[in-house]
Amino acid sequence: MATAARTQENASSVSRTDSRKLLGRIVTYSIMILLALIFMLPLLWMLSTSLRPKALLFSPQIHWIPQVWSLESYQKILDNPAVPIARWFGNSVIVGIAVTILILIIDSLAAYAYARMEFRGKNFLFGLLLATLFLPGMMFLVPNFLTVNSLHILNTYAGVIVPGLAGVFGVFFLRQFFEGIPKELEEAATIDGANVFQTFIQIVMPLARPALATLAVITFLASWNDFLWPLLVLQQPEMLTLPPGLRTLQGAYTSEYGQMMAGAVIAAVPVLILYVALQRYIVQSVASTGIKG
Amino acid sequence: MATAVTREETAVRTAPGKRRFSLTPYLFVLPHLIFFTVFLAYPFFNGLFISTQNYNFLRPDRAQFVGLQNYIDLFTPTSVEFQPFWISLGNTVLFVILSVPPLVVIPLGLAVLLNIKLPGRNFFRALYFAPWVLSIAVVGLLWWWIFQSQGGLINYYLGQLNLPQPQWLSTLPWAWIAIVVATVWWTLGFNMIILLASLQDIPEYLYEAGAIDGASPGQMFRSITLPLLRPVLLFIVTISIIASFNLFGQPFLMTGGGPALPQGGGATTPVMVEIYNEGFVRYNLGSAAAMSFLVALIMILVSFANAKIFQQRD
Repeated sequence: MATAARTQENASSVSRTDSRKLLGRIVTYSIMILLALIFMLPLLWMLSTSLRPKALLFSPQIHWIPQVWSLESYQKILDNPAVPIARWFGNSVIVGIAVTILILIIDSLAAYAYARMEFRGKNFLFGLLLATLFLPGMMFLVPNFLTVNSLHILNTYAGVIVPGLAGVFGVFFLRQFFEGIPKELEEAATIDGANVFQTFIQIVMPLARPALATLAVITFLASWNDFLWPLLVLQQPEMLTLPPGLRTLQGAYTSEYGQMMAGAVIAAVPVLILYVALQRYIVQSVASTGIKG
Repeated sequence: MATAVTREETAVRTAPGKRRFSLTPYLFVLPHLIFFTVFLAYPFFNGLFISTQNYNFLRPDRAQFVGLQNYIDLFTPTSVEFQPFWISLGNTVLFVILSVPPLVVIPLGLAVLLNIKLPGRNFFRALYFAPWVLSIAVVGLLWWWIFQSQGGLINYYLGQLNLPQPQWLSTLPWAWIAIVVATVWWTLGFNMIILLASLQDIPEYLYEAGAIDGASPGQMFRSITLPLLRPVLLFIVTISIIASFNLFGQPFLMTGGGPALPQGGGATTPVMVEIYNEGFVRYNLGSAAAMSFLVALIMILVSFANAKIFQQRD
């Protein structure tokens, strides 16, 4: 911030400002490192708890690095048929991948039409999509639950996947990106005899790869983490995804904190890996969402 | 909005000069439109309809039209729903008041800190944001364990310092403090990233000019940074209010809505949990739909009022 031009100053004052700058840096880094510790400690505690034998869970002296390492907690939840966590993990993977692929296909088609085509009712439809942005999601819980029930897809993957496909965020997000693509490319393809669909698949989609990747990451994260909707529509233990599964784990055994933290680690690790790998995409998508608003 | 851009001949119009009706655009929007209609448009009206029914999920055959009775019940002090609904709505409002200030102020401080051009700041940005990518189920379980009065991390260190060790999750005001701490830790990264992005959009020369005029960093923050951040701050305040209004998982997992209140209901039961209980524990879906529409209306009014207040200050 205070990098105002001070090139013309004499040597002594330069060294004085240099040392003050150094001090400022040390203070800033100290604050940032302290904050980083505060942010990371809960996660380290989760990991540390999960890797401790049960006998040492309530020891009067806390050791962040367990004195005895143990995979006992993981073993126990993986072996327990009442909390089929491996199955929940698989359910979460299936639901997450299905939602992501379907959203990418459905939303990019719709977004392309709203971005590039003229058709009767377009403004009306687009306005309708826009209007739902202002409606709180809680209004849809009861009626969508009843719809899912009358479609007989309660307790199925479809019951979790399908309502999510109605969302409008992906359509807005991709439409904005498509509008930024120079139109000449598509016109050239049309002159070369490509039809609309070919242009869309062969010209537009490859160009939209970064936007599609961003949308894919956000969609997968949201699906993997979703708690309330799967809690409503999935009741059979073997159909749960991980978040409602963790709730079941919590309710099943009070004070088995080691096992609960092992479950939490299993649910957290995939998204944390995804985050470390694709941090830039995720952070940028949040930043751009905010600027749009 | 964007019609001006695409009004000219688009690449999409295949045969030039042919301005006939084309089915193509409709085929493109159709897949999304089907899901949109079934799970966003239709439920809006169906929800309104259900809210006029005395509808119990376990006895759908006995459903009957009751007009506005479900709404009237919410405003009738003698009805069964009156107490738990308004207590829980009050709890949610209390949570909004407790959580929104830290969710604006702390991210603003972090954003200012991360806006200093130092090597490695992207690393710290990534760390502060990390909790946001976790599920509420993980976050709730984790803080539930940390705040346990027996074996919990917080009380362990309070004990080491010879400080009183409250029953965090089952007494007031500690239960709320625990919920707010977990929430702030979980979600502040989102606000921080948005604020940081707009801080980085403020042109450097404004600060250089300020420095030449002899302004202190504090003065520059007040008279350059804050005014330029106002639109983003409005956005942050609004989305934080909405997010906090939707409070569900933290008390659901950490406190179970307790401690119990003498007049009935739970001291940390938010209105979302009350709607969940009404609709999916007691299966009174008609009454739950009425509650959710009333709360949604309140939320819409609040965000509208919020926008108005900020506009008038200009």
